[in-house]
Amino acid sequence: MQKQNVVIKFCGDSGDGMQLTGNMFSSLSAILGNEISTLPDFPAEIRAPQGTLGGVSGFQVNLGAGVYTPGDKADVLVAMNAAALKVCTLGSKFNQAGAKYNEQDCTFKKNAVVIIDTDAFTDKDLEKALYQTRKMEEVFVELGLPESVQIVPVALTQLTKEALKDSGLDNKSILKSRNMFALGIVCWLFDRPMDKAIHFLEGKFAKKPALIAPNVKVLTDGFNYGNNLALNIQTIHVDSSEDLEHGTYTSIAGNKATAWGLIAAAEKCGKRLFLGSYPITPATDIMHELAGRKDQNVMVVQAEDEIAGVCTAIGASFAGDLAATTTSGPGLSLKSEAIGLAVMAELPLVVVDVQRGGPSTGLPTKTEQTDLLQAVYGRNGECPAVVIAASTSANCFHFAYEAAKIAVENMTPVILMTDTYLANGTALWRIPKLSELPAIKPQSVPEELKGKYSVSLRDENSIRYWATPGMEGYEHRNIGLERDSVKGSISTNPENHEKMTLARQAKVNQVANKIPELKVIGNIQSDTLLVGWGSTEGHIHAAANELGCAMAHFNYINPLPKNTAEVLRAYKRVIVCELNNGQFASLLRSKVSGVDFLQVNSMKGQPFQVEDIVKSVKAL
Amino acid sequence: MEASQFKSDQYVRFCPGCGDHAICMALQKAMAEVGVETYNTVVISGIGCSSRMPHYLNTYGFNTIHGRGGAIATGVKTSHPELTVWQMTGDGDCLAIGGNHFIHEIRRNVDLNICLFNNRIYGLTKGQYSPTSPKGFVSKSSPFGTVERPFIPAELVLGARGTFFARTLDVDMPTTVNCMVQANKHKGASVIECLVNCVIFNNGTHSWIADRETRAERSIVLKHGEKMIFGANKDKGIALDYSTVIPHLIVVPADDERVLVHDAHMEDPTLHRMLALMGQEKFTDVANAEAQPELPIALGVIRDVEAETYNEAVNKQIDDIHTTAKAKTFDELTQTLEHWDM
Repeated sequence: MQKQNVVIKFCGDSGDGMQLTGNMFSSLSAILGNEISTLPDFPAEIRAPQGTLGGVSGFQVNLGAGVYTPGDKADVLVAMNAAALKVCTLGSKFNQAGAKYNEQDCTFKKNAVVIIDTDAFTDKDLEKALYQTRKMEEVFVELGLPESVQIVPVALTQLTKEALKDSGLDNKSILKSRNMFALGIVCWLFDRPMDKAIHFLEGKFAKKPALIAPNVKVLTDGFNYGNNLALNIQTIHVDSSEDLEHGTYTSIAGNKATAWGLIAAAEKCGKRLFLGSYPITPATDIMHELAGRKDQNVMVVQAEDEIAGVCTAIGASFAGDLAATTTSGPGLSLKSEAIGLAVMAELPLVVVDVQRGGPSTGLPTKTEQTDLLQAVYGRNGECPAVVIAASTSANCFHFAYEAAKIAVENMTPVILMTDTYLANGTALWRIPKLSELPAIKPQSVPEELKGKYSVSLRDENSIRYWATPGMEGYEHRNIGLERDSVKGSISTNPENHEKMTLARQAKVNQVANKIPELKVIGNIQSDTLLVGWGSTEGHIHAAANELGCAMAHFNYINPLPKNTAEVLRAYKRVIVCELNNGQFASLLRSKVSGVDFLQVNSMKGQPFQVEDIVKSVKAL
Repeated sequence: MEASQFKSDQYVRFCPGCGDHAICMALQKAMAEVGVETYNTVVISGIGCSSRMPHYLNTYGFNTIHGRGGAIATGVKTSHPELTVWQMTGDGDCLAIGGNHFIHEIRRNVDLNICLFNNRIYGLTKGQYSPTSPKGFVSKSSPFGTVERPFIPAELVLGARGTFFARTLDVDMPTTVNCMVQANKHKGASVIECLVNCVIFNNGTHSWIADRETRAERSIVLKHGEKMIFGANKDKGIALDYSTVIPHLIVVPADDERVLVHDAHMEDPTLHRMLALMGQEKFTDVANAEAQPELPIALGVIRDVEAETYNEAVNKQIDDIHTTAKAKTFDELTQTLEHWDM
């Protein structure tokens, strides 16, 4: 069977290794030339009680050609236990007593292939997953699964035990390898070459070589099991992408791409990268990555709190480093005052906000776009900062690089918005050479200002000059208080304050001259324009294709691209689609007159479903 | 170098009679004695009267936001250990809003010279009680007297495993300058508690020891390696009395053989804590206002022990890994990824 793309979902207990299995399969597919987009979805608890509905962890990947999103519903589901099958079948209604299958909520298609571990449907498993029945065969009836769903029952646990009976491994380690048996079956189903998969395993367990052989054995047995099984399902061949630019590729998660974008920027501008940060889901992986990059001369301070995270970075920036801090919504709130200091002191700073569901602690492991107005406006005083947003896991690299470039060239804090979906999802990334990346020229103080320097001196673009400690003849005092527009000392003069307020605004505004213009894609002749920002690009793109309308996507939020009003005014219907209650629509209304903005919003802690956008747009 | 080289062109705007004037002059003298160039010296502050200090010093300076000076100074020193970094802070900035950063810069032992101006009052916001105001203290925000137990800064420093603690008095210029110079010599977080007078909102808060006539009887300037002798006639000494379950400090005649010799380098902080707490009851409760503690208030460098600094450790780890790494550049790094050509 040949398909353009296929959505496959691995689902099991949070201890079942679903993220590893999913990532391996995704990388394997990427190597074979598929485009990939992944969506890991795990509970907030580190170890929820085993086998319960709350402990189900999932990993979805869409692979093939023309892949924009992780896909709405799965073509193939691997359910490692009874709880996983229930959660995937009932979707958001999994907690409702007596809930039954319905097509809308179900996370897989009605003709999906569903591989289940029959050994994980014991009385105890069914009890923990809150089934009425204690018989596996009655589970499908209880869930109301339609007959069109092709259940593939496999005794994964028994088969894994059989495969490893001579391995000398203890029972616990054997059971942990179940995921590899499942992966083997899936590799057979999609005709993935075993040698590449084995190579991957060898890399994965390089530090635990004793585990390589057993895992390879289980994986191979799984593959052979699929091959020998007289399954009435066909192996599936997925199209390779033809749109990809020639080059060297890897698959990369958004958080890692963000970290590497900052590393590349630091090397390009000849500065050391300094990260001041504090652990917060879902941003922490950026800190993890950078803490391990001492080979690249990266300095990481794990600070005592969010405020100290940004403040150590401001200190490093004052002293001349390329400084960054990473956080999520609640942390951004805590950092607000310090970001205001960086605005006032006009110091370069990259603030990465990996958005999660809010407000307050909200949904720490889920995705949302609800920090937009906080990023643009959430500080005291007239406090403009540059705000940009990545839109794919792979382009987190580009926009992290861009954030650093804008910061050091324009002496301003730049807030880079990503979110849980981009951070944890992986995508195919063409690896650039440093020489291909645009030059970064920090706004260093010119020689001729030696002895005459003041913090307030600006160039024709309203950008002040960066002089750093250790430079003789540029000693100065910077401040969070308002300062004199010439001398740089404390000033409470009314005219001066207004002048300085406008100068700081002008500096941020002129960034619009340095960023790309807004592009319209899709059916540009249509009278309908879908508008989005950040991580929803793929979903909106797919929806626009389906609807036959045009689409414009924003990566630059503050300032907006120069042609924004012109582009938006050209369409009869402008529909802003976002994962919040209309924040970007509000922002656009305040910046662009003469357009009646319509809205499509979703606040479920999940990425858009393409079908939902399509339905909502049709209903407007 | 000369103190005048460290004077900025800014008019010093502390209130006439404020203890901060003296500390400012002491700083300029100490910086000259330390001899680090103005351009390699950085002064970081938060918010408060004391935090205005950077404006009056002709160095690199950064007057930041309330309470966060410690974190910002940590960023400066860790990223650029070649710089000499001073932090100016007050009892509100440092011990209330900035308490978390304060204990952590001490715990990490970041090589900073931290001048903690303690006037036991919020001056810049015009007279509210602070974390070092004595219990029962009447202020604008405690019209019926505070019900809070105050901090004793030395205890906080030692509790955070501090490696350097000194105490000085605004009116004692030589001790102040000496403490600052010693603080700079010490590698690590050096805290100098400067007892300063707020002439407007808390006048005379330290007059018990600041008054010239009685200072010698009521305070002792500790010096490493020297006997703990004090009094206008140098007739009193400090000794340990072992007659109780936990030994305690007592005043004995100067010629008593039990008089202790000050060892600021002792790893164990027990005795340093006892010395730092001498006479502190005067400052912890207004009910003790009339008390006449026999033990003098300890001034000078009370504790000065060696330990690895955070900035050294962080930079050493990076240098060690960076120099031996196979992939030092971005292009080399990307080659370490599982990658393929398409």
